[in-house]
Amino acid sequence: MLDTPIHLEYTFTPGIAQSRFLRGLAEGRFVGQRCPVCGKVYIPSRGSCPVDGVPTGEDVALSDTGIVTTYCVVNVPFAGQAIEIPYIAAQVLLDGANISFMGLIQGIPATDVRMGMRVQAVWVEPDELGPTLASVKYFTPTGEPDAPYETFEEYL
Amino acid sequence: MADRCAVIGVGQTHLKAKREDVSIPGLVREAAQRALADAELTFADIDAVVIGKAPDMFEGVMMPELSLAAALGAVGKPMMRVHTAGSVGGSTALVAAHLISSGIHRRVLTVAYEKQSDSDAMWALSVPQPFAAPLLAGAGGYFAPHIRAYMRRSGAPEHIGRMVAVKDRRNALKNPYAHLHLEDIDMKMVEESIMLWDPLRYLEACPSSDGAAAMVLAAADAVSGSYPPAWVHGMAMRSEPTMFAGRDQVNPQAGRDCAADVYRQAGITDPRADLDMAEVYVPFSWYEPMWLENLGFCPEGEGWKLTESGATALDGDIPWNASGGVLSSNPIGASGMLRFLEAAMQVRSQAGEHQVEGARRALGHAYGGGSQFFAMWVVGSDKP
Repeated sequence: MLDTPIHLEYTFTPGIAQSRFLRGLAEGRFVGQRCPVCGKVYIPSRGSCPVDGVPTGEDVALSDTGIVTTYCVVNVPFAGQAIEIPYIAAQVLLDGANISFMGLIQGIPATDVRMGMRVQAVWVEPDELGPTLASVKYFTPTGEPDAPYETFEEYL
Repeated sequence: MADRCAVIGVGQTHLKAKREDVSIPGLVREAAQRALADAELTFADIDAVVIGKAPDMFEGVMMPELSLAAALGAVGKPMMRVHTAGSVGGSTALVAAHLISSGIHRRVLTVAYEKQSDSDAMWALSVPQPFAAPLLAGAGGYFAPHIRAYMRRSGAPEHIGRMVAVKDRRNALKNPYAHLHLEDIDMKMVEESIMLWDPLRYLEACPSSDGAAAMVLAAADAVSGSYPPAWVHGMAMRSEPTMFAGRDQVNPQAGRDCAADVYRQAGITDPRADLDMAEVYVPFSWYEPMWLENLGFCPEGEGWKLTESGATALDGDIPWNASGGVLSSNPIGASGMLRFLEAAMQVRSQAGEHQVEGARRALGHAYGGGSQFFAMWVVGSDKP
């Protein structure tokens, strides 16, 4: 095989809902959206509820704390990898949200991570904030007691 | 189904880490010619070609079906491409079968492939998305958290994953086409292999393979060849969004619905008792117990007990992946079709050393993406 590197630049148009999410990140906060039918809060919202098929118009400010629902410890090197291995890739469910997203966990040895562990976002310095998830450096344990399994079972 | 559809020819290449002796056209042609030879036909007898592979980004060849028409004898004939990520080999076979059952064509060649040595699937599945955290680490990084969730939900002991890893690799020793032939495979070897995506170890994951699979499907009045046909008793596809609130990512609804539909068509009420074997898409060891539950072979939470009991071994009452499965060979785009093809081989009694004695009805299954695409068929030796 012959590697022939190519380069492609593109303009990304996130749409109304994701723009609100990204602008929230630039201000150091999480903004989700609520479905008017099922009442579930999506983050990041794509602008419509995948279950009910209706626009999610209402913005919901979420805290930057939540729990790890499940996770794995990545120990595989690959081309273009941005984070030093091993690292903890977790599904983070923010308080008040009804869907988790993938987040990096740091500040705890990989062997000590738990399902249900309480975490909080660690943001970059204020002058480094931007409309990107790179504004969140990682999530780190808060030290609070773990959430009971029954409280997050439905998010697995 | 209006018209009955039969599998009258099967062909696969040897599945290997690198097929340096052939290009992509050579690879697909090899499988196609073997399927045609099995059906005792030539390209001239084929009405249409249906081809599938995993995303074009893997090999970086866009719309490869266009340039593969010549290699597949499809110049001047209808040709169709199917896209459903890792389940594509199964979906491709189903699209071809529908062209027969709907009465549009009488003989269809269907082909699926991947040339992973020309590709970098790990990279292609891990490209950072705009404004997202760059955490994705291939398919294993996606599925490992769901495996952890299954282990927690079911209370399954750790050794179950290792049991599947050993069972499927031992089956592969009986399949001359399989990629991995690990003569010394045992629980200890799996346990001592490197942890790639904790809780998944290296030997609990599928390899990267080059390979192609092909089948000739025919209407009832166009059956040919020396082996008896495998008749399609039921076929179904289902999908669901990858992300929605309340989604069961361990036991997806689309998989359960797809199984219910295919069983209803085939008149199956108890899959463990009514089927003689199953070829199920298990790219990571834990997906055997997870899919045992999803496909209704046991009640929820008990898949691991079925695996542990030996029921899914080659000499068990419901062998799963007698061919060695995806854990032993993973030419991604072809992997789903290989499940469908192996099910057909079993009911045609042409599986050789990994033949399940007296198999008359078998399930072929594929899933793909973030467990959001499902494709299944049930084939049997009796004409329905």
